[in-house]
Amino acid sequence: MDPVHYDVIVIGAGHAGCEAALAAARIGVRTLLLTMNLDTVALMPCNPSIGGPAKGHLVREIDALGGEMGRITDQTFIQIRQLNTAKGPAVQALRAQADKRLYGLAMKRTLEHTANLDLRQAMVERIERVQEEGAPPHLDLVTNTGRVYRSRALIVTTGTSLAGRIIMGDVAYEGGRTGEAAAKGLSGSLRALGFELGRLKTGTPPRIDARSIDFARAERQEGSAIPLSFSFDGPPEQPYLLPPNPVYPPPAATAWRPQMACYLVASTPQTHDIIRANLHRAPMFNGTIESRGPRYCPSIEDKVVRFAEKTSHGLFLEPEGWETNEVYLQGANTSLPEDVQWAMVRSIPGLERAEIMRLGYAIEYDYVPTHQTGATLESRLVPGLFLAGQINGTTGYEEAAGQGLIAGINAARLIRGELPLILRRDQAYLGVMIDDLVTHDLTEPYRLFTSRAEYRLLLRQDNADLRLTAIGHAVGLVGGERAAAVEAKRSAIDAELARLGRTHLSASDDLRRRAADLGLGDLSRSVSAQELLRRPEASYAALLALGVGDPALAAAVAEEVEIEAKYAGYIVKQRREVDRVARLEDRRLPGDIDYAAIGGFRREAVEHLSRFRPATLGQAARLAGVTPADVAVLMVQLERAAAAR
Amino acid sequence: MKDDTIAAIATPLGLGGVGIVRISGPEARAMGAALFDRPLGDHRLVYGGIHDPADGSIIDHALGALMLAPHTYTGEDVVEFQCHGGPVVLRRALGATLAAGARAAEAGEFTLRAFLNRRLDLAQAEAVLATIAAQTDAAQRLAIAGLEGSLSRRVGEVRRTLLDVLAYLSARVDFPDDDVPPDDIRPQLTAAHDALARLLAGATVGALYREGVRTAIVGRPNVGKSSLLNRMLERERAIVTAVPGTTRDVIEETASVRGVPLVLIDTAGINEAIDPVERLGVERSRAALRSADLILLVLDGSTPLSADDRALLEAAGERPAIAVVNKADLSPAFETAALPLSAVRVSALTGVGMEELADAIVARLGAHGSGASSLEQALMASARQVDAIRRARLAVEEALRGVAAGAPEDMAGVDLAEAVRALGEITGEDVTEDLLDAIFSRFCIGK
Repeated sequence: MDPVHYDVIVIGAGHAGCEAALAAARIGVRTLLLTMNLDTVALMPCNPSIGGPAKGHLVREIDALGGEMGRITDQTFIQIRQLNTAKGPAVQALRAQADKRLYGLAMKRTLEHTANLDLRQAMVERIERVQEEGAPPHLDLVTNTGRVYRSRALIVTTGTSLAGRIIMGDVAYEGGRTGEAAAKGLSGSLRALGFELGRLKTGTPPRIDARSIDFARAERQEGSAIPLSFSFDGPPEQPYLLPPNPVYPPPAATAWRPQMACYLVASTPQTHDIIRANLHRAPMFNGTIESRGPRYCPSIEDKVVRFAEKTSHGLFLEPEGWETNEVYLQGANTSLPEDVQWAMVRSIPGLERAEIMRLGYAIEYDYVPTHQTGATLESRLVPGLFLAGQINGTTGYEEAAGQGLIAGINAARLIRGELPLILRRDQAYLGVMIDDLVTHDLTEPYRLFTSRAEYRLLLRQDNADLRLTAIGHAVGLVGGERAAAVEAKRSAIDAELARLGRTHLSASDDLRRRAADLGLGDLSRSVSAQELLRRPEASYAALLALGVGDPALAAAVAEEVEIEAKYAGYIVKQRREVDRVARLEDRRLPGDIDYAAIGGFRREAVEHLSRFRPATLGQAARLAGVTPADVAVLMVQLERAAAAR
Repeated sequence: MKDDTIAAIATPLGLGGVGIVRISGPEARAMGAALFDRPLGDHRLVYGGIHDPADGSIIDHALGALMLAPHTYTGEDVVEFQCHGGPVVLRRALGATLAAGARAAEAGEFTLRAFLNRRLDLAQAEAVLATIAAQTDAAQRLAIAGLEGSLSRRVGEVRRTLLDVLAYLSARVDFPDDDVPPDDIRPQLTAAHDALARLLAGATVGALYREGVRTAIVGRPNVGKSSLLNRMLERERAIVTAVPGTTRDVIEETASVRGVPLVLIDTAGINEAIDPVERLGVERSRAALRSADLILLVLDGSTPLSADDRALLEAAGERPAIAVVNKADLSPAFETAALPLSAVRVSALTGVGMEELADAIVARLGAHGSGASSLEQALMASARQVDAIRRARLAVEEALRGVAAGAPEDMAGVDLAEAVRALGEITGEDVTEDLLDAIFSRFCIGK
């Protein structure tokens, strides 16, 4: 059979693959999305939640750039909450409990209704480079039925499927996700193309049958009483809802939308005794698993060992959807054998009669260490081959989706002959994540935290639209109307900040009394409305009450005005720091520098520079083992090369 | 694009020659005007006095020059003070610019700015490349020395305290559902702030005058190392302080030789005194050899060279070193000309040869040798340390102010990250990795 031609082909329809395929197709190139199983598109094999600190920020950024994750989460969640409400604006974040099945179905429907996009079930056996005379290089995909697909850009998003190995106690078998086959051929194919592969490990907890849980003995956690949404489009008018499953206690009424509750239980000393007595059967401790698991996602056996002084660990019961009985036991990751999992779960108050529907397990899988990948997510080794998601060593649906979006954008831009999109660390968590990946070696799966972002006051969830909508519009994923609305919002914020700066409150007795009534402190000295807003106790609502706010101002604008005024000190400081290093970030490094041939570097610097091949001086400076003196050598070298040309 | 204003000693330190303190950046002009008692004109040399902003005293009479952008080395506004070269004076002048708000430049930073402003020509680039190669060596040696130093250790302690607080704040932020009970961070912040203030006070009046060329006195036992140390200190009558190492058996004292502060490290130290039969291992001397900027290898001129002597001579040959052939009052057992190092015969007992030794030291640290570059590095390194400590203290102060004003607790984390990052410049540690380690080892969190 002749090869079937596409502009962009995506292998894998997980969270990375779906965003990648949607982005490429929406930009306007012919795109094919291949999956091993059309029934598991956008599957959530682990926890049924999306968002949280840093991850929620990512979802907002994906939405601002024109990605899909935020909208589909808003359509299908069973609960949403705003986290860290008592903390500063930089770390407030949304988290939703997803209906796993609905999420996948909604994503599949979106894929199926997208122009330029074909969705197919096929098992890819191998990837081959094709170089025909007079034609640009291509990549061929050969499926297990012998079909050949050909494209100039290929995005590999195979998640944990690469040579995946699932482990429970002394039982181990090959598999990508529970119940799925592993993609074995592809690992060999990537090796044959010259990629170095690494191995990582992660795990998941058991799922409990809701009928066997005594919810009365668990603490309830309700969803938000006020409307919330990841997408800047706002809450959908017609979310996908199903009648609540009667095995759960009746949900509390939240007027804006039906939601389900989650529940909190806790382990006991007896639970810990059971785990300790069986540690010799735990693959993490008896040597069956050698790769290191993530520190931030410890197994319950790990927690019991490392924090031996704690007699109880909190565990969350999270329904996996409106209709299913499966309840995710968050916090109880384990790879202990089946009998221990049963005993352990049943030692938890409220779960004495628990029936486990799915066992917890650990999974080891191949990944492609990212020193082989550029900040565009295109591999350096095979031009046109992009890598996104868990194959890059990350964990989390949000991290995968974010990379998929960037890879999809850049694959499409490659086809169209446009410059790639690289987001900077001061522009987006997406930029922080990818920059971290291409400048550091991983020792555990990579997850985003707010503490990874040095400019987190600039990278808030509330201003993701202001940061990224224009970029989404420029790459062709965001419509003109939405882009114009964001620019109008920006103007409104600036105008209101300026107005508040000009508005002086003269210290009349009446004003002082009203300010004191509102708890705004002393107004004996004349201040501008903006200065007043800076006081910790002040808010835009208080300005309205004082009669100096603008009652017609949109709530989203007022929120930005309040944050920009209140945290101006921090924001200005971080912007100044961004400016300070900006020129390092702007100086690009040629891809073909022979670092070993340049004198003046220390050996460690040569090693890291050669391995990671930084794209900019800024990236070079962030590599481990590269000192300011090495950067100076590098820049002198650039100058020398420029003079030679 | 806006840069901050940086300052550094911009010349290798000649002895008795001219040394330049350079300020570059948007505030250079204002800082120059504040520090100099005569008006500065563009591209003109003006003779005047540099003030210490702390007490108004005159640090030095110097030539001041203002050079306005873009036709300057860095392409920014530049002010240069050409001082009288002595390290202590240069250091005070540099200290004054930092007190006036400049940040201590990092190695190669002037060049970096020149490069970014496209002011670096190829000849300059080549020259800089050679200098950096030498400086990198020196910086590495300093890093080794720094890690062993008490300053670095104390900075490390404060940093760990702050990292703990930061880990707590980050754990609460990134794992809001997990069990991280609220805590009052003020006592820890106040303690860290006070510790930094003490370090700063000590560093500015102490370290600025104390730290200089780290000079190791090495040699096998009983060749007269301690006698030489005592003789050098006594002869100069310039003991600034004695700091017995608290964890290591090393005594550090400072002597001034022809105006150059030498930090003398006696590797004989306490152990040898307590236990005269303990053999000073060659290995221990080797460690001193690696970290010092200058090595005084003491040999007993009255006995033939031993195997240990030869091993030390070989090791010292790779570094700036002088062979000090002691016991010139006794009859010589070998020819100094045969030694692989430049050698001086002295008698620590009588003082014979000490003038020649001073000459040899100054020659070894000559303006064009690697010694001068090491000295400059030493001075710059400590100025950067002071600057880093000051930035850290300011950041902790900001954090405390925020907490007191009722700002959300995570806002303190922004300041603390800045403080931990600044202190990490001294200890050479990376904030993100250390922080994640601290979070996950202290708090049982994660799902």
